[in-house]
Amino acid sequence: MSVVAASRVSPWRAGLLLVQRDLRLGMRRPGEWLQPLVFFLVVTTLFPLATDPQLSRLRDMAPAALWVAALLSSLLALELLFREDSQDGSLEQLAVSGLPLAWLLLAKCCVHWLLTGLPLVLVAPLVATALGAPYAAIAGVLGALLAGSVTLSLVGAVGAGLTLGLRRGGVLLALLVLPLAVPVLIFGARATALAIALEPMDAPMYLLAAIAVLSATLAPLAAAAAVRISLE
Amino acid sequence: MTSLESRLNWTWFHRFGSPPYFYRIAGILIPWFAWLAAVAGAAGLVGGLVLAPPDYQQGEGYRIIFVHVPTAVLSTLAYAVMATASAVGLIWRMNVAHAVAASCATIGAWFTVVALVTGSLWGRPMWGTYWAWDPRLTSELVLLFLYLGYLGLRGAIDDSARADRACAVLALVGVINLPIIHYSVDWWNSLHQGHTLLKLGKPSMPASMLVPLLLMMLAFTLYFAAIMLTRARGEILRRERSARWISEATGA
Repeated sequence: MSVVAASRVSPWRAGLLLVQRDLRLGMRRPGEWLQPLVFFLVVTTLFPLATDPQLSRLRDMAPAALWVAALLSSLLALELLFREDSQDGSLEQLAVSGLPLAWLLLAKCCVHWLLTGLPLVLVAPLVATALGAPYAAIAGVLGALLAGSVTLSLVGAVGAGLTLGLRRGGVLLALLVLPLAVPVLIFGARATALAIALEPMDAPMYLLAAIAVLSATLAPLAAAAAVRISLE
Repeated sequence: MTSLESRLNWTWFHRFGSPPYFYRIAGILIPWFAWLAAVAGAAGLVGGLVLAPPDYQQGEGYRIIFVHVPTAVLSTLAYAVMATASAVGLIWRMNVAHAVAASCATIGAWFTVVALVTGSLWGRPMWGTYWAWDPRLTSELVLLFLYLGYLGLRGAIDDSARADRACAVLALVGVINLPIIHYSVDWWNSLHQGHTLLKLGKPSMPASMLVPLLLMMLAFTLYFAAIMLTRARGEILRRERSARWISEATGA
């Protein structure tokens, strides 16, 4: 266990151990983190079914479909972030370990992103192509989702921390996180639209990256405060 | 070393953290705020609805500005007050500050609703539609969602102390996000279309319209203060219902 004898473990090492532990636990339950991915695929399939499936028309809709689906799927995945650890008490152990909780939560967010964010990014080219994006746009679509999904995991962690252990947590989590995700949605969809149109997408990409860096700095602190409050 | 003076300078602040003191002071302030709001509001309404001339472009329809703009300003101001009170409550563990934050949320949400409704009513004659995806309207709508999330979280947590602190964290996260949301929404629509129809511009307003508008803003701010303190008093009574000072203060 990574939380044993925390006082003698440096924060860096503790973070590394936590990443290893969470990855191992995640690998043993592939069904859990594959579900949000399948959800993403299903939702993006619903869009062409709900409209006239001409590729030229789907192409206009592709950024919206990709990003709304990514947002909803990341929301679904957030339940996995703390649920297990708060039920078996290891989250509490992390909080009382004397190590900086924000740092440990950042490590948890990294693993969470690796297991639920990265697969989504990797299948996005497939989905984008099915929605009529040209092959040349694939790198751009990947880049935009890469930067955006990091932020979604981090901002989501704050919401997950706040709603930890609440009875009506699921819907409330959506209500808390979705408004905060508006900037990511706007810049991400814009970057994707520019990529599909084969135009330079620097401006929204810079902004997406800036938001990702900002949330990597602040969100773990807020999430740590939220988790501490919820554990009290 | 803290000198005696610097410690004394903060006593007023810590005194506000005492529920009986806050309850008493708020009780004294509320009538002042309420009456001043009524006077400023009456003057503003007469000035705005009777004395101000019709707009040369918008005719009489523009007069909704005297309600719309103050509520829109207050919707943001209430969030700022809520976030400030939340920060004070978190840092100094001040129960009174949390009570203030809790009372701001409902009022702020209602101001946001009124701003959206009046804006939409104004949009019908001026833009030809009740709703346009104008950046300001959209960020006001997102602000409403932030308020609703805050109220939802407060409603979902039974333990009052936990609800206070969790909501305070949410309010602070929201206040960091608000400018980002605002600018992203601005950027989003300015790229889609030019503001040909929607941009009202900043009309240099004649004093006959500006003075009533400022009066109405003052009236709404005072009204907000009065209502917020009233709600905060109620909130404090509810939280401290078993304390002895309450029976002394209310004579019950």
